[in-house]
Amino acid sequence: MSDTCKFKIDGKEIIAKKGQTILEAAKENGVFIPTLCNFTGVKPKGSCRICSVKINDRFMTSCTTPVAAGMEVESNTEEISDLRKSIIELLFVSGNHFCPSCEKSGNCELQALGYRYQMMVPRFPYSFDKKNVVATGPKLLKDQDRCIKCQRCMKTIKDDEGKRYYAFKNRGRDLEVVMDEEMSKTITDELAKEAMENCPVGSIIYKGVGFSEPIGTRKYDKQPIGSLIETN
Amino acid sequence: MSKKITIEPVTRVEGHGKVTIQIDDFGNVTDSRLHIVEFRGFERFVQGRPYWEAPVLVQRLCGICPVSHHIAAAKALDVIVGAGTGHGLTAVGEKMRRLMHYGQFFQSHVLHFFHLSSPDFLFGIDGDPALRNIIGVIQENRDLAVQGVMMRKYGQEVIFHTAGKKIHGTGAIPGGINKNLSLEEKEILLNGADPMNADKMVEWSLGALEFFKGYHAHNKDMVDTFAAYPSNHLSMVREDGAFDIYHGVLRAVDNDGKRILDDVDYQDYDKYIEEEVRSWSYMKFPYLKHLGKEKGWYRVGPLSRLNTCDFIPTPLAQKEFELFKAYTNGKPNGMTLHYHWARLIEVLHSAEMIRELLNDSDLQNDDLVVTGEKCKKGVGVIEAPRGTLFHHYEVDDDDRITLANLIVSTTNNNQPMNTAVNLTAKAFMNGKAEITEPMMNAVEVAIRAYDPCLSCATHALGQMPLEMTIVNKNNVILDRKTK
Ligand code: FES
Repeated sequence: MSDTCKFKIDGKEIIAKKGQTILEAAKENGVFIPTLCNFTGVKPKGSCRICSVKINDRFMTSCTTPVAAGMEVESNTEEISDLRKSIIELLFVSGNHFCPSCEKSGNCELQALGYRYQMMVPRFPYSFDKKNVVATGPKLLKDQDRCIKCQRCMKTIKDDEGKRYYAFKNRGRDLEVVMDEEMSKTITDELAKEAMENCPVGSIIYKGVGFSEPIGTRKYDKQPIGSLIETN
Repeated sequence: MSKKITIEPVTRVEGHGKVTIQIDDFGNVTDSRLHIVEFRGFERFVQGRPYWEAPVLVQRLCGICPVSHHIAAAKALDVIVGAGTGHGLTAVGEKMRRLMHYGQFFQSHVLHFFHLSSPDFLFGIDGDPALRNIIGVIQENRDLAVQGVMMRKYGQEVIFHTAGKKIHGTGAIPGGINKNLSLEEKEILLNGADPMNADKMVEWSLGALEFFKGYHAHNKDMVDTFAAYPSNHLSMVREDGAFDIYHGVLRAVDNDGKRILDDVDYQDYDKYIEEEVRSWSYMKFPYLKHLGKEKGWYRVGPLSRLNTCDFIPTPLAQKEFELFKAYTNGKPNGMTLHYHWARLIEVLHSAEMIRELLNDSDLQNDDLVVTGEKCKKGVGVIEAPRGTLFHHYEVDDDDRITLANLIVSTTNNNQPMNTAVNLTAKAFMNGKAEITEPMMNAVEVAIRAYDPCLSCATHALGQMPLEMTIVNKNNVILDRKTK
C-alpha cells in the first residue's frame, strides 16, 4: 500500500503523505494557508482558527485536520478569505497594534497577514481594554496590548529542565500570557532573542534595541507572507 | 455610566486656523486672536512606551517635517543611552543624520516657498483667488513651478536614502543610525541625471533667491512694512556662533541684537524657558523666564536663525547672508515677509551642505551606533524648518518613558503669529465691520510667513483653511467668513 494519497485544494491536486495535516501537505505543494498559533515542532491546537478551510461544507482548522484521500478542500475562496480577514480584524481590535512604532513591524506575521488580506479598517469596534507593558525583566518586555495569546512562547521557551518561562494568568476576558518574574531575571541572551523571534507579533520584545534593522529591508518587506511557499 | 470617545484619524489631522478680531464702537480693532484648535496629545501617548519607540512614534505628529521630530527625539535618546549630546556619535552617525536633516530642510522650505507662498508673490495679496495657487503659478511661470516640484522631489530622495523612507523613516536610532550611504546611493544623489543632482539644486536655489530679490526690489514698501515689528529672536547656533541646524547651543537676541540668552546648553532648557497656558488656545505660549511673559516671548525660524548666528559656514549662502545683514545694518531684522528671504538663504545653504556631505567618505563608514552609561533624562534640540524644536524625555529603570515634553516650532511662534495677525488686522480692517477676501488673505499671508504646521500639514495647495470672525466689545458676532 502506498503511503501517499491524493486530494484537492481549490481544485488543485495535492499529493500528501498519509498522516500529514492539510496545512503541511498544502505547504509542500506550494499552497499557502495562513497560520498564527501553529508553530513548527509544536503539537497543533487549532486555537486561532486563521487556517480554517472548508471541507464538505464544514469549517475545519487545517493545522489539526489530517489529510484523507479524495478530500475536496476549499481554501482560497471569497468566503474563507473574508473569514480569515475578520479574524485578523478581531485580533487588531482586541489589542492596540500600532505598527508604525512597533519594533516587530515588517517581521510581524499579523501585520503581514493584514496586508495579505487587505485589511483597511476593522469592521468591529475597538475593545479598549486597559493592558500593561511589563518591562521589569532585564532582557525582555511583554506588551500585553499586542499579545494574541497564541501560546507559542509558552510552548517553545523553556529552561534546561523543561520549565516554561511563560504561562497563562487569570481567566476569561482577563486572560493574559505572562512571564515568570524570577525566571525572567536569568534568561540567556540566546533564549531571549528566540522568544522575540517566535512571537508572531510584537508582544515579546528584546529590550534596548530598536529599529537597528531599517524598515523596508525586513522579512515581509522583501517577501510578502506566503510568497515563498507559493513560488516553490 | 462611562463613555468612550474614539478619536477618528480625520479629527486628528484637521488643522484649521481660526481668527477672532474684536472691534470697538468706532470700528477700531481692539484685540485679535489666532486660535489653534488642534489637540494632539502625543506627550501622553508615549508615556509607558519603551524609549526606543519615541523617534518613530512621535514623528507621526507631522506629515511634512517628520524628520525633525525623528532626529530631535533620537538626539534626546542619545543622551539616555549614554552616547552624549551632539558630537557623541560616530562620524557616520552624525553626518548621516545631518544629511537627512538638510534633505528635510530643503524639501520643506521648497514646498513652503514654491507651493504655498509664490502665488502671493506672483499675483499679489489682493490678486484673483482663482489664480493665487500653485496651478496659477504653473500657468504664469512654468519654470518656477517645475523647479519647485523637482527640488522638493530631490529633498525627498535625500530623505529616502538616509531615513529609509520618504515619510516616517527609521534612520535615526538611539546612539546613531541604522544605515550608512552606499556608494551607489551617493552617486544617485550627487551626480544623478539632470536635474536630479546636487549641483543643479545649488543652481536652482540661487535662482529662487534671485526671484525673491527681484520681487523685493519692486515691492519694497509692502515687503518691508507688512506685519513688521520688533521682537526677540531665539535659535540654536553652533558653539562658535555659526549657523547650525543640527547641533549647538541656545542663543537669543533682543531687537537691538543684544544677547538675552548667551549660548546656553539646551539640556537645561527648562531653566530658561517657561510655557504659559491661555484658556482660548490649545497651543501654549513660551517665553524666556528671566524676562517674564510680557517681554520674554521670542520668534523662531528662518528669520530668527539669521538674526542670531554670526555667519553661515558655506560660501554661497554666506555671501547672501552678508547682503541680508547689510539690509538692516547688521541689526536684527523684524520684517515678517523677510522670513521668505531668510528661508531661501537656508535653502541655498542646505543645497551646499548636501553637496558637501555627499562628497564626504565618512558616510560609507560602518560604525553606526555608540552606547555608554545609561541615564534617566535626555533633551534633544534641533532647528526644524519652522524653528527651534525641543524634545525632552525621562525614562524609568525598566526603559519606559515616564515623561515627554515637546515644544514644537509653531508653538514657539505662537505669540509672534498673534502679533502679526494683530498688526495686519489693524492695517487692513480698522473702521470696517465686514470681512473681505483681500482682508482674509492678508491675515493668511501674515500667518503663512511663519510657515505654521496648520497650514502646510493639511492643505498643500496654498489654501489655508481659515475661519475669521469679527466681534464687538460684547463678543457679539458681527461677521464670520470661512475659506
Ligand atoms: S494555525 Fe491553525 S488554528 Fe491557528
